[in-house]
Amino acid sequence: MKLKRGIPLIDQHDQHGFWGGKFGGSFIPETLKKPIEDLTNEFKKLRKEKKFLKKRDYYFKNYIGAPTSLIRLDNLTKQLGGAQIWAKVVSEANGGAHKIYNATVHALICKEMGKKYIVGDTGAGYAGKMLSMAAKKFGLKCKIFMGAKDIKRQKPNCDAMRKNGAEIIPVYSGSQTLVDAVSECMRYWVSNCDNTHMCVGSTVGPNIFVKICGWSTAQISRELKLQLKLEFNKIPNKLKLINCVGGGSSAYGFWSEFIDYDKKRIELIGVEAGGSKKSKLHAAPLSRKTKIGILHGAASYVCQNKEGQINETESISAGLDYPGVSPMHCFLKDTKRAKYTYATDEEALNAYQMVTKYENLNPSLEPSHAFAEAIKIAPKLSKDTIIIVNSCGDAKKDRDILRERLVKK
Amino acid sequence: MNSLINQAFKKAKNEKRPALLTYTVAGDNTKKKSLEILKLISNYADICELGFPHNTPIADGGQIQTSAYRAIKNGVKINDVFSIAKDFKKIKKNKPIILMGYYNMIFQYNENKFIEKCKKSKVDGLIVVDLPYPENKVLATKCKRKGINFIQLVSPTTSNDRLSKIIRDSHDMIYYISMLSTTGGKLKVAPKKILERYDSIKSLDKSKNIVIGFGITEKTIKSLKKADGLVVGSLICKEITTSLKKRQNAVTNVINVVKNLKNKIK
Repeated sequence: MKLKRGIPLIDQHDQHGFWGGKFGGSFIPETLKKPIEDLTNEFKKLRKEKKFLKKRDYYFKNYIGAPTSLIRLDNLTKQLGGAQIWAKVVSEANGGAHKIYNATVHALICKEMGKKYIVGDTGAGYAGKMLSMAAKKFGLKCKIFMGAKDIKRQKPNCDAMRKNGAEIIPVYSGSQTLVDAVSECMRYWVSNCDNTHMCVGSTVGPNIFVKICGWSTAQISRELKLQLKLEFNKIPNKLKLINCVGGGSSAYGFWSEFIDYDKKRIELIGVEAGGSKKSKLHAAPLSRKTKIGILHGAASYVCQNKEGQINETESISAGLDYPGVSPMHCFLKDTKRAKYTYATDEEALNAYQMVTKYENLNPSLEPSHAFAEAIKIAPKLSKDTIIIVNSCGDAKKDRDILRERLVKK
Repeated sequence: MNSLINQAFKKAKNEKRPALLTYTVAGDNTKKKSLEILKLISNYADICELGFPHNTPIADGGQIQTSAYRAIKNGVKINDVFSIAKDFKKIKKNKPIILMGYYNMIFQYNENKFIEKCKKSKVDGLIVVDLPYPENKVLATKCKRKGINFIQLVSPTTSNDRLSKIIRDSHDMIYYISMLSTTGGKLKVAPKKILERYDSIKSLDKSKNIVIGFGITEKTIKSLKKADGLVVGSLICKEITTSLKKRQNAVTNVINVVKNLKNKIK
């Protein structure tokens, strides 16, 4: 299993859609074969069209607000006394998280395909909120599938979705979280694929959805590369890019331009959700030894039992609370290009408190997992090492959880 | 090929009616009960489909999901599914049984081991919901080698080009999904339209047995009786759920439903 140079990772799959011969693919019911084939052809065509690229860039700049800033966290750096810590404040993007890139691109594709309805899944509610925003912007009718448990814990994002005119479909099956929301959304698409476009909220699902999402979030690393050159006059020699990983869309977007670099120079560190310290449950298929399985149309490392039933996951962060992970991250793990670890709920909360205490930054619980790792390793590193954390979400949506968890202490 | 599946279709044809196929979930609501249901409905059904439950079924509607969750909650494991099939075949050795489920279960069990176990349990056929053509070619060939029918699915969205390839590579039976829906959806397409499409598929190879499934209930079954076979699943699963809720005998109620369905297509 080997990575290729000079080819975007989203295109490094074989003809059956597998990365490294075993991750990804399209395990779908027969009914979805045709709509997925149509979408695949459409995307293949659009990504080469100058007109479409111009449109994408226009909306990324004028609607999403690209580029998001790269800032140095001086106080945190001083406090930890080691590597320089920086943040790419992707949460500045319209809507408050990286999910807007994928949502915007899907809405544009939906329009190009002449479909009037768009559906999507959501965990933390960001993917849903952004899709509802994009749908409103482009005049599409929108339905968002969301686990009943997540609806309760991410109320601010639900309010936003409704305000944007989207219908939230609560999902009561299984664990009532993201995994079931994705299943229900796929079921809906099976039944309505003739007039409806489906957006998968992360770099997961059948091959084409992994590709579209990765193609969209890659904007983050294109910006970062320019910003690094401006800031340091070149790409620094000791660079660590730390990102939380649920499905893995922000991490892929943050890393895509840097995968070809030597890993000794640019280290890629993914931080999964380790769940509560006291609980055996987690959402960390890459860092806590799981086997390859098939979930939502793709083969990846999956939290599952011996029989192949998907395990319940647990994390304080709804956006990371998913038993599978992007096939591209499985590939990066097995080729040893990226390193994956996890942070517990408690570590993420501590990191959140520390970052907000020293910096004018309000990272949501998802990137707080990445900050936890940065805080852990920074003191041991030399002063010329640059750590950049992708602060890919804003904590406004976590208002209720933070209030509850931080007051109790 | 003179498989039991083929024979079942022949028998129905001789009686000038479509074959009746039933779908139940193994272990719903207990291992013992599901075997009992299987034994008794096979007095009316020509072919029995037995689902191996999965907890992330992306193509199933509410009724079958409920049955699957119930079976898993009651501790049904994949080896129990095989033992139910095996016990069934001990008593009804000429009644074809088809296992149906999602690929991850087979993948975790190991493809070869799974097929070997099917063979040992005298399973006649296999349907894998999320392993479409041509990705299923390898598995289909392995099945054929062991004398197990691999059943291909086709749907209203299947392109003509794919359709002819699928039919060419199919075994004795093809499953036509009546409409764009998960299992248990309301029949939203006119039976006439479904049969038109059915005829055009059938005309590609008259020797293949093509069954229609999805949205088949007591109300709709008669209008589709021209088909080689008709599959009823969600209706049965729903009956089990309702019976359990009302604390009635699920076995008797299910048998009555199947008996009634059979009468409508005689």
